[in-house]
Amino acid sequence: MGYYAFYVFAFIAVIASLLVVGQKNPMHSVMLLIVSFGALAGLYVLLDAPFTAVTQIIVYAGAIMVLFLFVVMLLNVPREESVRAGLSRILGPFGMRIGVVLSVLLAIEIVWAMTQVGVGWFSQTPGAASVSSVALIGSGLFTRHAFAFEATSVLILVAMIGAVVLARREHH
Amino acid sequence: MLLLIPLLPFLGFVVNAFFGRRLTKSISGGLACLAISASFAVSVMSVLRMLGDPSGALQQDVFTWMASGRLSVPFSLRLDHLSALMILVVTGIGSLIHIYSTGYMHAETDGEYARYFSYLNLFASFMLVLVLGASLPVMFVGWEGVGLCSYLLIGFWFRKKSAADAGKKAFIVNRIGDFGFVLAMLLIFAAFGTLDFQQVAAAADGRAVEHGMGVITVATLLLFLGATGKSAQIPLYVWLPDAMEGPTPVSALIHAATMVTAGVYMIGRNAVLFSHAPLTLSVVAAIGAATALMAGTIGLVQNDIKRVLAYSTVSQLGYMFLAMGVGAYAAGIFHLYTHAFFKALLFLGSGAVIHALAGEQDLRNMGGLKKFLPVTYWTFLIGALAIAGVPLLSGFFSKDEILFRTFTSSNPAAKLLWTVGAITSLLTATYMFRLVYLAFHGERRHEAPAATAHPEEEEPAAHHGDAHGAHDAHGHAHGGIHDAPPSMAIPLIVLAIGSVVAGYVGVPHALGGSNRIESFLEPSFEVSDSARRTETLAAEARPAGAAQGGVHDAALEFQTPPEEEHGASAELMLMAISSGIAVAGIAIAWYFWRRNRPAADGMARRLHGIYSLLLHKYYVDEVYDASVVQPIKLISTGGLWRGVDAAMIDGAVNGVGQTVRAGSGALRRIQTGSVRTYAASLFLGVVLIIGWYLFRS
Amino acid sequence: MVPLNHYLVLSGILFSIGTAGVFLRRNLITILLSIEIMLNAVNLTFVAVGRYHNTVDGQIITFFVMTVAAAEAAVGLALVIALFRHRETLNPDAFTALKW
Repeated sequence: MGYYAFYVFAFIAVIASLLVVGQKNPMHSVMLLIVSFGALAGLYVLLDAPFTAVTQIIVYAGAIMVLFLFVVMLLNVPREESVRAGLSRILGPFGMRIGVVLSVLLAIEIVWAMTQVGVGWFSQTPGAASVSSVALIGSGLFTRHAFAFEATSVLILVAMIGAVVLARREHH
Repeated sequence: MLLLIPLLPFLGFVVNAFFGRRLTKSISGGLACLAISASFAVSVMSVLRMLGDPSGALQQDVFTWMASGRLSVPFSLRLDHLSALMILVVTGIGSLIHIYSTGYMHAETDGEYARYFSYLNLFASFMLVLVLGASLPVMFVGWEGVGLCSYLLIGFWFRKKSAADAGKKAFIVNRIGDFGFVLAMLLIFAAFGTLDFQQVAAAADGRAVEHGMGVITVATLLLFLGATGKSAQIPLYVWLPDAMEGPTPVSALIHAATMVTAGVYMIGRNAVLFSHAPLTLSVVAAIGAATALMAGTIGLVQNDIKRVLAYSTVSQLGYMFLAMGVGAYAAGIFHLYTHAFFKALLFLGSGAVIHALAGEQDLRNMGGLKKFLPVTYWTFLIGALAIAGVPLLSGFFSKDEILFRTFTSSNPAAKLLWTVGAITSLLTATYMFRLVYLAFHGERRHEAPAATAHPEEEEPAAHHGDAHGAHDAHGHAHGGIHDAPPSMAIPLIVLAIGSVVAGYVGVPHALGGSNRIESFLEPSFEVSDSARRTETLAAEARPAGAAQGGVHDAALEFQTPPEEEHGASAELMLMAISSGIAVAGIAIAWYFWRRNRPAADGMARRLHGIYSLLLHKYYVDEVYDASVVQPIKLISTGGLWRGVDAAMIDGAVNGVGQTVRAGSGALRRIQTGSVRTYAASLFLGVVLIIGWYLFRS
Repeated sequence: MVPLNHYLVLSGILFSIGTAGVFLRRNLITILLSIEIMLNAVNLTFVAVGRYHNTVDGQIITFFVMTVAAAEAAVGLALVIALFRHRETLNPDAFTALKW
């Protein structure tokens, strides 16, 4: 059962991502990305990481994507000019061709590399994963990785200030 | 104590150079004269001390100058008989000329006056170092130094282009000779391992005389090249006539009595070396004789009073080299000594004439000065008689000694050389008295300089070399020509007395004298006993492979007085001939330039070609210019400047810049400003790096 | 059960898609979205490998990654807004002021 779930979720994620990259309308891209995030959340659940799955939905799909939506709607982003639908149009100009070639190359490289990784099956021991992961995450986060945690909160603060400053209208 | 001799004038130089502008003329001039007179006093004391010293020489090692590997050159001064004579001449006649200069240069500003005396003191200092040096490098320091001072003093009035050019010409031509000197030093060091005069002489003495080419011959030829530059012989004499641009006392001191004699002194100092190279000595004699004759012919037709004296100096130097070339070293130095007296006298006398005429130097514009300048006239006459070789004056003894030794030398061309010398004697007497008659006798051909206007205001127009200004302003009530002031007259008188009596130290045996000067100088031309002892020890220490056989060759015999061989009768006969030549020369001059001027002009017209050739000094300067100067300029401008410096070096440097520019011009196109391009290149890099790692493993 | 390799391959595919999107799209916002895809692919890798090693550290790292992604998205979007005000366009090719 988990086997088939994996492939379903994987399939959804890949298709959605492809469509995100291929869509003309940014609004559609954002929506499709949310779908992709949902699929990934499902995969996290399969990996015995419920906390991460939920966090993904809440933070990524809920907050970040909503932010994107706001900006898209605020800017009234027009349809991408001279974007040609369809693969052949996309592959037209020289730079595009290079880009596609490179992307394919990258994909092949990474995928091939990953298959070479001589790892096998997941351990079946219930171990860390099955126990309430939230508690474990919390304890690890606030003890072993406390410094990174604090630094990250500073980072968010700085980003917030930066975003406010950058997006301000110029006052004289 | 020896160090004081060059040091005192050097201190005079320092004071006048740094503080001269703030000193009054009397102080700076007085200081300079004091410095050189004090040096003269110390010289006299040192000579007396040396005479009392059993080794016959004083040496002072001041400090270690160079000590590296095999080379050890201390800065040493050495006083022996030869250098004793030289320092007395330099400081003695130098003092007289300093005193004379205080009067002659009086029209200059305070700063210029002090500058003049600082240079003059510096010159004396270097000349004394040259003469007292105990080794070749120390002598070379003095050698170069006097060349520098010569440049500074010839070009004293440097704002005048001809003076500046003359100074440069002197220095550059000298440098060509110095090149020979340096090469000779290297060769001597390579051959003998030392540069000290005594040690070199001792080492050379252990070798056989070289017939034909050899190390010693080449080294001495190179030394002689240096001598031709410094002492104005063929081929490097061309600077001396131009050097007359300098103030007349400078011409007297440097270009008559002292600096130009440095070459002669140098050969005397290295007598042992030269004696081992008969080929060189023949070259020296030949060039000396040729120069004497050539200069004499040129002097016959020159119209500038100083030029005549300049060529006369070149000619007399030729005599000295002729003497050295036939091995009569003492005779050459003897003539150097007497020549210093009468040539300085003649120059200073001509200076008095120029001073009186406010800058006029052309003989054609003089005449009848005898009654206006009595002191100048009589002293000048004595000098002229001395140089002509009239018996009983100093020039007679020294010149005659040279001619006698030439006639009796073992040189194959001895008789020919004597003939050249005799003809030159005739020319000497002739041109000298031509000068006397043209300048002092006959009717006045000049205008009295201050007769028409106030002496203070007039700036006379007839300037050639000495820019005098209105000299008559100082003290004389009558406008017109006045004789030399005391500061100038007294040296003239002293030198005149010297020109008469100086020769008596060298009265030859044939006339009943004992030729003291020759016996006085002889030891300096041989290897000293102490040096011979050290050399013998060193020779024993050396590996016995080198065949150091012949010590005293037969060829060295021409150092021994030939009087015993040829007898006194030959000498007396030659003396009579010389005297006759002198009188004949005076008579010829009297005829052409006193009695029958138009005849002289008529001859000049008829022999126009020769006359023109002589007047233009055989066009030697023009030949040098075309063959040497212009090609060098061409190579420098076209080849080295444009080709190497501008094209290659600047091209390389600029080329680097341009290459970098071109490179950056090409590379900057990477910065397209388009973010997507940057992303693309990042992407490409990632792909490549991942690929690299993947395929490596 | 699905072996780890599968997850890694999936992650690689997603990453490549994201990269392609960054490169190929001419809309700034879509570029930012593609970056988010890449970050998610990385998250997946972390969680999978963490699960493989039976440790919770993978999930902790994803925590941080998400935070950073949020910060980056915020600042990036602020920049997009500022840029849009200048040029009225979101085509990255329009911003070539730093051209040589």
